[in-house]
Amino acid sequence: MRTIVTRFAFLALALMLVISACSPAAPAATEPPAASTAPAEPYVFGLLMVGPYNDHGYSQAHYEAGKYVEEKIGAKMVYIDKVNTADRPGTTPDQLAGDLVAQGAKLVIFSSDDMKDAATAFAKANPNIYVIMGSGDQVWKEAPNYEAIPNLSDIMGRMEYGKMIAGCAAALTTQTGQIGYLGPLINDETRRLAASAYLGAKHCWVAEGKNPADLKFKVTWVGFWFNIPGFTADPTQIVDDFFNSGYDVVMSGIDTTEAMVEAGKFAAEGKTVWAVPYDYEGACEVSPKICLGVPYFNWKPMYLEAITAASQGTFTSSFQWRGPDWSDLNNPDTTSVGFLKGEGLSAENSTKIDAFIADLAGGLNLWTGPIKLQDGSVYLADGVVATDPQVWFLPQLLEGMEGQSAAE
Amino acid sequence: MKHTTLNRIGFQLFALLLAFGIASLVLLAVGASPVQIYKDMFGSLGTKGKIADVLVSWAPLLLATAGLLITFAAGLWNIGVEGQITFGAIGTTLVLRLLQNSAMNAGFIIALSIFAGMLAGALWAALAGALKTFGGVNEIFGGLGLNFVATALTIYLVFGPWKRPGTGSMSGTQPFPEQFNLPLFEGLRLSPWALVVAVVGIVFVYFLLQGTYFGLRLKAVGKNFRAAYLLGIPTWQYMMFSFLLCGALSGAAGALQVTAVYHRLIPSISSGYGYLGLMVAMLVNYQAIAAIPVAFFFAALNIGSIQLPIVHKLDSSFSGVLQGLLVLFILLAEGARQRLTPKA
Repeated sequence: MRTIVTRFAFLALALMLVISACSPAAPAATEPPAASTAPAEPYVFGLLMVGPYNDHGYSQAHYEAGKYVEEKIGAKMVYIDKVNTADRPGTTPDQLAGDLVAQGAKLVIFSSDDMKDAATAFAKANPNIYVIMGSGDQVWKEAPNYEAIPNLSDIMGRMEYGKMIAGCAAALTTQTGQIGYLGPLINDETRRLAASAYLGAKHCWVAEGKNPADLKFKVTWVGFWFNIPGFTADPTQIVDDFFNSGYDVVMSGIDTTEAMVEAGKFAAEGKTVWAVPYDYEGACEVSPKICLGVPYFNWKPMYLEAITAASQGTFTSSFQWRGPDWSDLNNPDTTSVGFLKGEGLSAENSTKIDAFIADLAGGLNLWTGPIKLQDGSVYLADGVVATDPQVWFLPQLLEGMEGQSAAE
Repeated sequence: MKHTTLNRIGFQLFALLLAFGIASLVLLAVGASPVQIYKDMFGSLGTKGKIADVLVSWAPLLLATAGLLITFAAGLWNIGVEGQITFGAIGTTLVLRLLQNSAMNAGFIIALSIFAGMLAGALWAALAGALKTFGGVNEIFGGLGLNFVATALTIYLVFGPWKRPGTGSMSGTQPFPEQFNLPLFEGLRLSPWALVVAVVGIVFVYFLLQGTYFGLRLKAVGKNFRAAYLLGIPTWQYMMFSFLLCGALSGAAGALQVTAVYHRLIPSISSGYGYLGLMVAMLVNYQAIAAIPVAFFFAALNIGSIQLPIVHKLDSSFSGVLQGLLVLFILLAEGARQRLTPKA
């Protein structure tokens, strides 16, 4: 018996030896020494993403912007993705931000709305680290929960425009007059974006000489920014339900690409359906033929500005809510939100979309009264233009939209 | 006797080697250097803040383990521990919500809420216990079912009656005002109170199992239910009581998750500590004191594994692989030891 044991022990030892011998050399040892011409130390910034860095959606848009900043100013990005309590149980975003700081980050981007409380806590606990809160409003003087946090800036693109254009494309394309909107969780941001999509859809629907009452626009919420099995509603199921019940265009408001994937499948089966993805410039690639176009965030210019300022010591706390570059919606260096047309958009509708974009660029504001809330109450009287806080903090969906305004 | 201990240690070291060996092979298969990975994982834990972060997860994990040691002693596989943690968190949140606007002292309210968490955990465990004792439903299936129910209930509360105003999000309820958070060590995320609760919990279980007739009888029930019954031990009552105690300790873990870590209710409030606790309890084999370092090691693996995505672009679930392998091989080694060692 004893010999068996001894044999086992030797085997294990041998295994360990083989393993350590096979181990590639430590990466640290293979890193070339910094060239003498390069700056001594690249500025390190951290990025926390709520979903996978390659989600073809919201998180990837941030990731690519980080890569852009790396290239532009020779900075170095350290990141961690899937920052949510289901994917990384037991962690908090501020704890993970601390891990990025341990990797040398002097500025940390909290990129999702979910991380707002953690970003505030982290910024206060680490006054020497700069914090960017993507989509946040803590340091906006107009916000009800305004706080002065000198090392924190809020950054957001005016996606309302992107959603209006997308909504217009959906309304121009739908043959059944039914547009489904795949909503993430319900909050100020998602309400105003769904409402903007509806305003765009209604505008273009009416411009075609149709009755706004004939346009069906239904929002179904998932419960989070993306599918977490067991915790959220299943977006795939929701999209299928839309397509199976007469909706022929589904607009995505979530971080991931289920709407595209399912629309692609339905189209392959010969059904006439389209989808509008969201967030990420390359999202149409998932199912190009049925893609009407994608409204996307371009975080590049705002990140570049803030991180450059931080690296030069000139960072100042601010709230930034920037619109598109109307002269070129898809200029990566200048626009904060863009719209990239998809193959599914017909040539005729493409021309109409161009005209609509030109109108918006010329000052057309769809957030102008009369606008009623879902409960029928007047939100903007006739001719009244919404203030920024009125758009940002939209309390309900709008009249004419189906779907929950708040959780039940 | 001494020979047996040495023998056991030898086998366990061997199992440890095997577990790390196989885990290393997994790393090699994805093109990573195991040496570098272990160095980064454990090397990252060298700061005060990191040790504190490990202790933040150690406390609830240890409490869940402590509870499980009791049910293990009674021969029960209390898989429902996840749900008991979750239901504990719900109980704590309920009391905090009810009392946060009252004139009572905040410290008293926190204490009351933790107690409520324990009570809620015990209640949830009692359900699994009742299903087992009176319904003949195996505690594994009953517990698993109740875990799903507890999660569903949390999701309902977070999206429904306890939602943040104007919001419907999985990210949780409105955080409680600061005075309802357990106080933290200066500059750290760790609350001394969480440590106190955890240590009291494990010491309680240690004495219960090692130094009381109750513990002895409980083990008798666990080792041989029928013999214990014939010897006059009220077996079902003992089983039921072990569920209650486990539930209370798990509930305390949930209470800490709310009062010391998240300061609100989130759908994944249990953070998987129940399942992890099952592994720790299996590893330590009834030795409550051994749970202290083993739970620490498992918590350290979890916290250290965050380095994998940051530094190596690898998934941090590798810590789960390593934890699973450890349990598997330690159990296998124990089995092998019993077979290969000649009986005295």
